[in-house]
Amino acid sequence: MSDAVSRRDFLNMVAAIGGTGALIQAGAALGLMPATSQAAELSLSDQTGNGRSAVILGAGISGLCAAYELMQRGYDVTVLEASHRAGGRIFTVRSGDLIDEIGNRQYCEFDAEPHMYFNAGAARIPSTHSNVLHYCRELGVDLEVFVNENKNAYFQDDALLNGKPIRNGMFSTHVRGFLAELMAKSFNETELMESFSESEMETLLGVVRQFGDLDEHLRYTGSTRAGYASGGFLEHGTPHEVIEFKKLIHGRYMRESLTANEGETGPILMQPVGGMDMIIKGFLRPLEQRVRYRAMVRSVQVSDDSVSIEYEQNGEQHAITADYCFNCIPSHLMTGIPNNFPADYLEAMSYIRRGEAYKAAFQAKERFWEKEGIYGGISWVNAPIRQVWYPPHGIHKQKGVVLAAYDYGGGMHFTNMTQEQRLEAAKAQGEKLHPDYRQYVEKGITIAWHRMNHMLGCSARWQRNRGGWTEHEESLYHRLQQSVNGRHYFIGDQVSQHSAWQESALLSTHWALNDLAQRQRAEQSAV
Amino acid sequence: MKYYKLIGLFMVVAGSVGAVSTAGAQDREPFDDYYCQTCHGIDGIGNSGIQAPRLAGMEDWYLQRQLELFRSGLRGRHQQDIEGLAMQPMAAKLTDSSIEEIVAWVGSWEYLPAPVTTVGDAVRGERLYATCATCHGDQAQGMASTGAPQLAGQNDWYLLTQLKNFKAGYRGSEPADTYGNQMRLMAQSVQDEEAMKDLVAYINTLGR
Repeated sequence: MSDAVSRRDFLNMVAAIGGTGALIQAGAALGLMPATSQAAELSLSDQTGNGRSAVILGAGISGLCAAYELMQRGYDVTVLEASHRAGGRIFTVRSGDLIDEIGNRQYCEFDAEPHMYFNAGAARIPSTHSNVLHYCRELGVDLEVFVNENKNAYFQDDALLNGKPIRNGMFSTHVRGFLAELMAKSFNETELMESFSESEMETLLGVVRQFGDLDEHLRYTGSTRAGYASGGFLEHGTPHEVIEFKKLIHGRYMRESLTANEGETGPILMQPVGGMDMIIKGFLRPLEQRVRYRAMVRSVQVSDDSVSIEYEQNGEQHAITADYCFNCIPSHLMTGIPNNFPADYLEAMSYIRRGEAYKAAFQAKERFWEKEGIYGGISWVNAPIRQVWYPPHGIHKQKGVVLAAYDYGGGMHFTNMTQEQRLEAAKAQGEKLHPDYRQYVEKGITIAWHRMNHMLGCSARWQRNRGGWTEHEESLYHRLQQSVNGRHYFIGDQVSQHSAWQESALLSTHWALNDLAQRQRAEQSAV
Repeated sequence: MKYYKLIGLFMVVAGSVGAVSTAGAQDREPFDDYYCQTCHGIDGIGNSGIQAPRLAGMEDWYLQRQLELFRSGLRGRHQQDIEGLAMQPMAAKLTDSSIEEIVAWVGSWEYLPAPVTTVGDAVRGERLYATCATCHGDQAQGMASTGAPQLAGQNDWYLLTQLKNFKAGYRGSEPADTYGNQMRLMAQSVQDEEAMKDLVAYINTLGR
């Protein structure tokens, strides 16, 4: 009894939570605490460049954002980019593009059509990523809805139903049904329930019944939500047979079916029309003349009032000195570039591990998935490819580009393979979902971020243990976030606590720009 | 130095024409084999962030041999040789002439001893090093006659990793890698990680 939560306790909890929320809101209004949406806002409006200069190292989204904002305020900006292209891990691959993986250079041979592209890095914009959306609006980047969850897509697991793919909708309906039955059965026995009144209990039971589509005996005996085996329009539908819960439990995707589309990857997600790099192109329009490509940084020296950069471009050595430097070169590459950073800064840089994300894609000669009633979304396979994504754009056209593998970290399974092995594995594993997959797909490309020239990693990893960030990690992170002498700032998703999202990269830039503005204001008031 | 850059530029153009055959290929972004600095640091100073060792100052004969070993898969194929596995595919597509050019290019970089990061007992390390000196030289300066590379000035973390790899057989187990076989045998006499660190600590005192 002592462990049970009484109604009073519960109400107290609710009150306490409500109180905290109210406190945070009030605090934000008073300017005491940052609310999530306000922490991001740039407060540079009172600060103009006045002929001051800034050099930006790396034309990833954080670097371009810094250049864009500073140029608008009258700074003289120069962007140095080591590779042949801007965007970093915002990389849309189209016909003829070079995929510059060291040891495995590829040219993309997709058909040259507007819808035949592949977002090899960033591919989704959550509705809550307000800064990405802000720049899309400001830069005139058209957006469309991206489909993450599709109830008609599949789950496949060799341990489940003899490896036969099962539709997401059927799977999740059954799982919900069985879970609801479990809840309903334990209804009268749980001490928790003692704290509800009879009418509240009735309401709650109704919710559980609805949640799982239970019958009047509170049993799950199947649901039309899983679709019909036949009929359903001119004739009454015949429901599918229920699959035994014990069989479903053996698949790995029980969990995924309930969580993959919650939170950040929950609806609604978006993508730019024509490819994620439309955002990069938007930033580049006013900056075009400011970006120097194939310009490899050779040295970064910070002094009290400036930053000196040496770089090499087309075999020529160049030097540039600027008032400020914003640096989104990956920290694991920066450790190989001569610099005079302080020891604790270097320690923080050296701590971050590089992520191993991997993606592959095929051109499909036919949009075979649409013949199976799949329009966009993701199928899950319990195999190294993990996922197959169907393009939500170009619906009913002849061809499309399908994501053939997405290993979002934790291994080098595909990276250690040759290109031929990677593509063969993607085909063989894709056949688990679509038996005739192989005959439709062609012209595969692979992007092993761990080996991409001038990047060598995706999704910076600060956290080394599952238990969360250690105090040491927190302190290293906050050290790297700070500037060197108010002159050099690290930016990019590597200086965030939520890597691999564009929003984090943009916010890292905003943090640095706000810090700079604050310093300038302090200097002005000191004068 | 400039001379090699010019060769590089020529390769860029030639490579782009030779590599592809479809229409419009001349518009395609060119690439070359001059990518060593991405991992190994500017002018080959070495990069702990990638665990890629210092190349500047490396003997041309040693560098060439290692590139050829990586290319043929005699080095860098063992599943436990993490860094070797990363390097192997980067050498797999090199031609004889690009290896030659890379060796000459690396030879143009200035020798700078790598920073000291490993702590060990250098006095004990000196005693242990007596065995190594036969092939690698008194001052760890390397000896072409024995085919043993310079160790002085190399990144100490790299020396440590390689000692471990040799001892465990992650490197030097391929019969055709004769020098590697020798080193693998010699590494058996190094007792444990502590002894390795002592050795490396001693090597850190040489040639700087």
